[in-house]
Amino acid sequence: MSQSKLESAQIEAAVRQATHEVFSTMLNLPLEDQPAYEEIAADPPGSHDGVEALVGIGGYWTGTGRIWCNSKFACTLAGALLMTPYEALNEEVLDAISEVANMIIGGAKATFEDQLGTLALSIPTVVFGRNYRTRSAGVTSWMVIPFHCQGEDLQVRFFLMQTKGQAAPTPRPEMVHTL
Amino acid sequence: MSLDVLIVDDSAAIRKILQRVLVQAEVPLGKVHEAADGVEALEKLKTEKVGLILSDINMPNMDGIELLSKLKADDAYKAVPIVMVTTEGSQARVLQALELGAAGYVKKPFTAEQIKEKLTGII
Repeated sequence: MSQSKLESAQIEAAVRQATHEVFSTMLNLPLEDQPAYEEIAADPPGSHDGVEALVGIGGYWTGTGRIWCNSKFACTLAGALLMTPYEALNEEVLDAISEVANMIIGGAKATFEDQLGTLALSIPTVVFGRNYRTRSAGVTSWMVIPFHCQGEDLQVRFFLMQTKGQAAPTPRPEMVHTL
Repeated sequence: MSLDVLIVDDSAAIRKILQRVLVQAEVPLGKVHEAADGVEALEKLKTEKVGLILSDINMPNMDGIELLSKLKADDAYKAVPIVMVTTEGSQARVLQALELGAAGYVKKPFTAEQIKEKLTGII
């Protein structure tokens, strides 16, 4: 690919497909798309409340995927995933949100790999609480892909750009074959 | 005849889900052992015999590819079927795992039917 950033529409389509797949397969929860938008990264960054899981992407392209929801909905997601009711955040809820983020960002990453070659995925990190702030070095804007589920908000933020100074990978010959 | 299984994943949530899915898939389960990474899995295998291993790829300390490679190089374990269950769904990763001797590959998210289908013919 010649461009240094992926088109917004490509990111949105990949994230929506991955998110719907996770919700229909693992969570069995209805998911309603909301309009996507670009969010300029504020300096200093704005504060947030709730639960946010971050997964890094590395390789010839680099970036971050973030899943945000409020604490109540985090408990709902964990309950749907583990078939156990949760009333408050605990280790199991945070672990479940990490895994939901891992599957969504990992699913989107797999779509991008068809175009961009092999990418690596980091282990998820979860941030939670009130008035927390996050800052990602070099990120000027985020693609925000929002959803509604049972009256609650879920937001997926994504940033992916070509890694400076990295040579393009040589595709493995067998990658052209369909498995 | 029951089957002892080792589930290797750094997510306790996924280990719990896989255990539930194995029951739904009507696998004749014996003991289910858990490990959070490859290092813990190798430790567990020193004392426990299993007939099936389900392993993630992206894990701290030792990832699933290294674990697979070590087990397939060891006469004591190379006959044990290892199924990779992971978000790493790229063709390159799938091929790497299969070339190293993985018995199968299931991409997260998964359904009980997909796990059952994958295990048919393996166990």
